[in-house]
Amino acid sequence: MNEVALPQPQRNIVSRLWNDKETRQVIIQILAFVVIFAFFFIMVRNAITNLEAIGKDISMDFLSQPSNYDISQSLIEYSSRSTHLRAMTVGIINTLLVAVFGIALATVIGFLLGVCRLSKNWIVNKLAYVYIEYVRNVPVLLHILLVHGIIVNSLPTPKNAVVVNEVAFLTNRGFFIPSPDFQPLYWVVAALFVIGVIFSLRFRKYAQKVQDQTGKHYPVFWICFGAIVGVPFIMYFLLGSPIVWEIPELKGFNYSGGLVIRPEFIALWLALSIYTAAFIGEIVRAGISAVDWGQNEAAAALGVTRGRTLSLVVIPQALRIIIPPLTSQYLNLAKNSSLAIAIGYMDIVATIGGITLNQTGREMECMAIVLTLYLIFSLLISSGMNWYNNRIKLVER
Amino acid sequence: MKVVKTAAIAATLSLTAALSLGAQASTLQDVQARGELNCVVTTGVAGFAAPDENGRWEGFDVDLCRAVAAAVLGDAEKVKFIPTSAKTRFTILNSGEGDILFRNTTETMSRDVDLKLTFLPVNYYDGQGFLIRKELGITSAKDLDGASICIQTGTTTELNLADFFRTTGISYEPVAVETNEEGITNYSANRCDAYTTDASALASIRAALEDPSAHIILPEIISKEPLGGAVRQGDDQWADIGKWVVNAMINAEELGVTQANVAKLASKAGNNPSINRLLGTESNMGEMVGLDNAWAVRVIAAIGNYGESFDRHIGPNTPIGLSRGLNALWKDGGILYAAPIR
Ligand SMILES: N[C@@H](CCC(=O)N[C@@H](CS)C(=O)NCC(=O)O)C(=O)O
Repeated sequence: MNEVALPQPQRNIVSRLWNDKETRQVIIQILAFVVIFAFFFIMVRNAITNLEAIGKDISMDFLSQPSNYDISQSLIEYSSRSTHLRAMTVGIINTLLVAVFGIALATVIGFLLGVCRLSKNWIVNKLAYVYIEYVRNVPVLLHILLVHGIIVNSLPTPKNAVVVNEVAFLTNRGFFIPSPDFQPLYWVVAALFVIGVIFSLRFRKYAQKVQDQTGKHYPVFWICFGAIVGVPFIMYFLLGSPIVWEIPELKGFNYSGGLVIRPEFIALWLALSIYTAAFIGEIVRAGISAVDWGQNEAAAALGVTRGRTLSLVVIPQALRIIIPPLTSQYLNLAKNSSLAIAIGYMDIVATIGGITLNQTGREMECMAIVLTLYLIFSLLISSGMNWYNNRIKLVER
Repeated sequence: MKVVKTAAIAATLSLTAALSLGAQASTLQDVQARGELNCVVTTGVAGFAAPDENGRWEGFDVDLCRAVAAAVLGDAEKVKFIPTSAKTRFTILNSGEGDILFRNTTETMSRDVDLKLTFLPVNYYDGQGFLIRKELGITSAKDLDGASICIQTGTTTELNLADFFRTTGISYEPVAVETNEEGITNYSANRCDAYTTDASALASIRAALEDPSAHIILPEIISKEPLGGAVRQGDDQWADIGKWVVNAMINAEELGVTQANVAKLASKAGNNPSINRLLGTESNMGEMVGLDNAWAVRVIAAIGNYGESFDRHIGPNTPIGLSRGLNALWKDGGILYAAPIR
């Protein structure tokens, strides 16, 4: 073979590497990584040196010290003698509580809004539209303050409480409702409920199998309903209602006894739900619109009713489109709950990231804890949603 | 090569930025080089620190910021006010964003030692009280069993409250919010039966309520709240300046030096060596602390003495209407007792 000597451009190794597209990308990535890493390394080192300079160390010992402050809403035993760690746990539970309830309510309102936006009824459609446009364009903090302001200013004080059935009391200090005190026999009812759930799950599978094989159709819904709700319900009365209700009573300034739902919780819960629902509404609308209209026509051609078309044909396909952006709305809701301190709801940021941080002066440690906790929440939500997404994904045969 | 260059520049920049953050210069030099004093104050407690209708900050704490600026920069107006909540104040001071703090702040051991602050002399002896509606007919804090109580988080008062109810063995519901404003909103809406904080601040809050006469401050005081300014620990010269500006104002009252007569008294050395030392017509007290000898003259000319500032902002003739009480001079039956300037 005869080699034709091409004139080699005189270039050094660096520019040769640089001119190769793939190598160049790798180099840029390495450089970017080094710069970012160096930046964070220096920042952290700097923080530590500066803290050392004023004689502050990094230590988590404060977590085992008494917190010395009280918290208004706590689902676990807590007093000002409890540790900061315990106060943090109260905060975590409060954050989880408002996030879980918020996600549930936002989803319900959001789906309703999405369906309304697709409604052919002009008024319903436009009302949903106005709601979404208004709510989306007002910062969530304002929603929180507004809802709290409305509750606190419009509801009466305990002395003039709105009395519901002589057992529940609505006041601007909270909603006081009876709390259940479970008697031993109650656990029979609870056990029946669990058995009902297990039975229903099995029965559904069985009914499906029978239907696939023979075409015989069981009234699955009613049988399951009877097993889960009906049987325990009847048993409850047969056993002579084994729950004693503790009814709140006005004592001095406030009601005591029973359960109290604080206005701060309600305000945060409603505001986060109302706000996030507007975004979910748009996601649902987009998801349903994205399902090809031909699918409806095909179902109609097969004689499937409109209701069944929605539940068996349209929604399962729409969900595949809805779930990923829905996940990020859930994450937003959980993170927005950190605005709680504005109205004094004692969440993570208000407890460990607020009072504890302030009273102990452990900024670095407390903020690191708060960041880690939110990271964990977010990862939990996304992995849960990813699991669900995978389950409903198109199974290719 | 452009990308590499940019990356290199970015790296060097962030490096230098990060390193310069670590450098510690003297606060006095920093302030003088900047030509402005960054003073940490409240977001608004009328009489102590709050913007007036023209947006100009006014108050008893604000006066001290201006006094320090007058001593250090020669101009009482060269102050940038940094409004902070109870929660953010120390972080802002310790991070270097503020040079000095005058924000009705209680001196405590943990703040001094653990939060690494250096406190200036107490400029207001206070205690924690309760503001309640008159119609409740309550006369003692011990009758507050089961009450909802508004409180600001990040304060000593929040801790005292927990201690007080624990030791008296009665229950309450804390309604803790971050700003004074939200606390007042809650109290006005009857979300709480009582508002608790420093009694001086309560007087200011009460004056701002729709009908002040419908509210009373319980006579009971449940804590000691010595309020004073503070600086970061570790710059003794700067702490000395803050300390002696406050002392100068108190000493001026004691010596009868006022805004009106200071110019005349400072024009030449007089008969009273204490006044001479204060006003720099004798000895060189100002130079000792890194200023010039007319430092206190400027402070008093701009702000007046302690009593004048008190009367102007929170005294009996203001809507806040606080009497001197503990804060009278020691020779008038109070406990205000400033170290002598000598
Ligand atoms: N002296 C107490 C309380 C100081 C405090 O923050 N008082 C509140 C109660 S009125 C306040 O000044 N708030 C004004 C604001 O948040 O801007 C302390 O140092 O912790």
